[in-house]
Amino acid sequence: MRARLRYTKLGKIRFTSHRDLARMWERAFRRINLPLAYSQGFSPRPKVSFGLALPTGHESVAEYLDVDLDPDKAAGTDIDLLPARLTPALPVGVDVLAAAALDDHAPSLQHEVTSCTWEIVCHPGSAGELTELVARALAAESLVVTRERKGQEVTDDLRPALLSVDVLGPVEGGVLLTAELATQPRGVRPAELLRALAPGLEEISARRTHQWIQRDGARDEPLVLDAPDAPHALLVERVS
Amino acid sequence: MSSVWPRIEPLLAKVQKPARYIGCEDGMQTPSHAPDQVAWLLVYPDTYEIGLPNQGLQILYEILNERDGTAAERAYAPWTDMEAQMRAARVPLFSVDTHRPAGEFDLVAFNLSAELVFTNLLNCLDLAGIPVRAAERGPEHPLVVAGGHCTFNPEPLADFVDLFAIGDGEEVVSDITEVVRQWKASGRTPGSRQGVLRELSHVPGVYVPSMYDVAYDGDRLIAVTPKYADVPERVEKRTIADLGAWPYPRQQLVPMTEVVHDRLNVEIFRGCTRGCRFCQAGMITRPVRERPADQVRTMVSEGLKRTGYDEVSLTSLSSADYSAIESTVTGIINDPMCGGQVGVSLPSLRVDAYTVGIASEIAKVRRTGLTFAPEAGTWRMRQVINKLISEDDLYGAVQSAFSQGWNRVKLYFLTGLPTENDEDTLGIADLARRCVSVGKEFAGNRVTVATSVGGFVPKPQTPFQWFGQNTSVELQRKINLLRDATRKDKGVALKWHDPKATLAEGIASRGDRRIGAVIEDVWRNGGTFQEWSEHFNLSLWEDAMARHGLSIDWYVHRHRTEDEILPWDHVSAGLHKDFLWMDWLDALNESGIPDCRWTPCYDCGACTGYGIEHVVASNRPPAGGSQGTGQDLSRGGDVPVVILSGRPA
Ligand code: SF4
Repeated sequence: MRARLRYTKLGKIRFTSHRDLARMWERAFRRINLPLAYSQGFSPRPKVSFGLALPTGHESVAEYLDVDLDPDKAAGTDIDLLPARLTPALPVGVDVLAAAALDDHAPSLQHEVTSCTWEIVCHPGSAGELTELVARALAAESLVVTRERKGQEVTDDLRPALLSVDVLGPVEGGVLLTAELATQPRGVRPAELLRALAPGLEEISARRTHQWIQRDGARDEPLVLDAPDAPHALLVERVS
Repeated sequence: MSSVWPRIEPLLAKVQKPARYIGCEDGMQTPSHAPDQVAWLLVYPDTYEIGLPNQGLQILYEILNERDGTAAERAYAPWTDMEAQMRAARVPLFSVDTHRPAGEFDLVAFNLSAELVFTNLLNCLDLAGIPVRAAERGPEHPLVVAGGHCTFNPEPLADFVDLFAIGDGEEVVSDITEVVRQWKASGRTPGSRQGVLRELSHVPGVYVPSMYDVAYDGDRLIAVTPKYADVPERVEKRTIADLGAWPYPRQQLVPMTEVVHDRLNVEIFRGCTRGCRFCQAGMITRPVRERPADQVRTMVSEGLKRTGYDEVSLTSLSSADYSAIESTVTGIINDPMCGGQVGVSLPSLRVDAYTVGIASEIAKVRRTGLTFAPEAGTWRMRQVINKLISEDDLYGAVQSAFSQGWNRVKLYFLTGLPTENDEDTLGIADLARRCVSVGKEFAGNRVTVATSVGGFVPKPQTPFQWFGQNTSVELQRKINLLRDATRKDKGVALKWHDPKATLAEGIASRGDRRIGAVIEDVWRNGGTFQEWSEHFNLSLWEDAMARHGLSIDWYVHRHRTEDEILPWDHVSAGLHKDFLWMDWLDALNESGIPDCRWTPCYDCGACTGYGIEHVVASNRPPAGGSQGTGQDLSRGGDVPVVILSGRPA
């Protein structure tokens, strides 16, 4: 039996790493006594699979994980109640927004997700200058960038990964952009987008707002939030 | 007071491991601050990963926050990358709880558990905007406090710390708080700092170095005398009589990022009377005070439920000596609430087959590493240091381990011990080699005996306080002997501690007030994080000693004499100096003495002087082996506990 959860990572807790978050979740599952399925072997570990890693320091209202429950013990577990049970067992800023039962053979998040939408605050530059930079980038045939990977310089064309980029206007600390960036064949980070727009453009903050699965011409989220005015929407406001 | 978080936030994108600086732990307190409250900042002067799990700090954090009119927060030494960012952005040292500047607290209190962090204490003060020298502070500055094992020789830090809290901290922090509350109420007027410090010097267990004059005759220290008649000549440590009255921490902090000892930690007893002569922790924490077994069980089960940890460590200086160890361990691993998923770890295992039996019970849930500390390679040497582990104990333990599925054991040794000759040193290689051959029977070529060797640093308040430490050249020679001796032994994996770091530790451990200038000099020349090999730099220490005209040989390598006044003589761990001297002579005579829990008292002073006694659930020694006492305790049996007037012949 498998459950998928959607959760946030907002506020101070955004400075924890992907690994830190995995440990936080294991403790939360044990605190509410959720009957987990464990791996076999020398030191059994619960079977939890996280989606795309969120870079340390970035916020999100669209994180996901899949967790396997022990089929012998989980019969009485009401998946719909998991958000309310888990949120108090997690640190401030990590709130569970939705949960759903999943087919045991559902493909993993890593494989399924094709793009993410980000809200990025950058500096310096006015909204007008940013709009121009974005227009230029989107008009270009290719945007070749170099980055370091395992100590080696590699070059990449970022242009195919920029599915959309819009300038929303000035906010505190800089200018707010929203961008949908592809995650296949590799996840492009907000900082890479900024570097491709203009060297010296600094990322003030970044928040993942959606992960998307492109399937048969339609675009879906791994878990849809029932209603935009659900109580959790308030939680997001509280910690942001 | 105000939070500096908005100024910290932009720095965190530029440093490694930013989660070190956010707080957010489960169990964290966010006290409110008010003018009539006394605010403590508890600082561990090392990284967050090392400092967060510190039990002493967490205990005081809770006790202080539970008190009316008192608030406590925590801080850790920022790593060098963060320090550089903070200095550039003029962000002061801050608490991780509500991110307040350190300088806004009434007391800034350091936990000192290793000498090589002394320079970090200075760095933290400087980052806080507090003058590093106590004499330069005014009424606007916090009082600088230090506690922890290293304060049993406070002198090297006497110029920098306003007051030391010697011994168990549970009670003394409240006494200090009340004196400081009065000072605050009186307005902290100019010149009042001297007054509050004098007042604090009357609190039992509190040592205020500025209230004492120190006199030298050439190199020699000849007197440490109180400046005023109302200041005590000797400061006795504080000891809590009953650990059961202090079930702390109740809300152990669960960090959001990886730290050392990342698990539930429950202290099952404090103190140790095995009497290992090299061990400062054992000497200064006497007597043994066990926590009642039912309280341990409650603290474990409630702690696991609250934290979500799946591992608990039962902490003490020698956990297998706890009288209810077996039932406690089996109780945890068979608890249905734990679902058979909870691992137990016992730090500092005793070396015998009985102990390995407990470890293999634990391994049914989760197999953890096995570490034994015979400390020395020959029986002669072990009698000198009073670590009375027989070869039978050791091979029994190792055989038991390998036969029960372990392929690897770790052994800890010291080198540079008093009277150690090359035969003793090479005995380490022999023991390790023989452990490998014991293991081969069960695990064939997969056997590993990880052997780590540390250089011995004689510590204050121990029988070895008079011993001249080996030079780093001599320690390196001994390590080389061992390296050559084990080179062909597959299965023996030898590791050693850098003898240069051992030397620096020696300078700081038994120094007098004159060493303060050296510590300041090392710090001013960039020597922070000296216990981290990537930052340790011996030449900073050697140069500083030379600049101040101090001889390393005199401070570190010289044997002290009986009549000598030692820099820490006016601070007492309860141990009579003549007990320590007699024990030193016994050591030189290769004569061990058994554990006073199960044999008559030697009147070392730790109980007799303070009118307290051991608190153990049973006066029956745990069965099995010699229990490292060198006695035949296989039958168990009651041993009358009586106080003798003198030492046994
Ligand atoms: S006073 Fe006696 S019983 Fe107490 S620790 Fe010392 S030797 Fe042991």
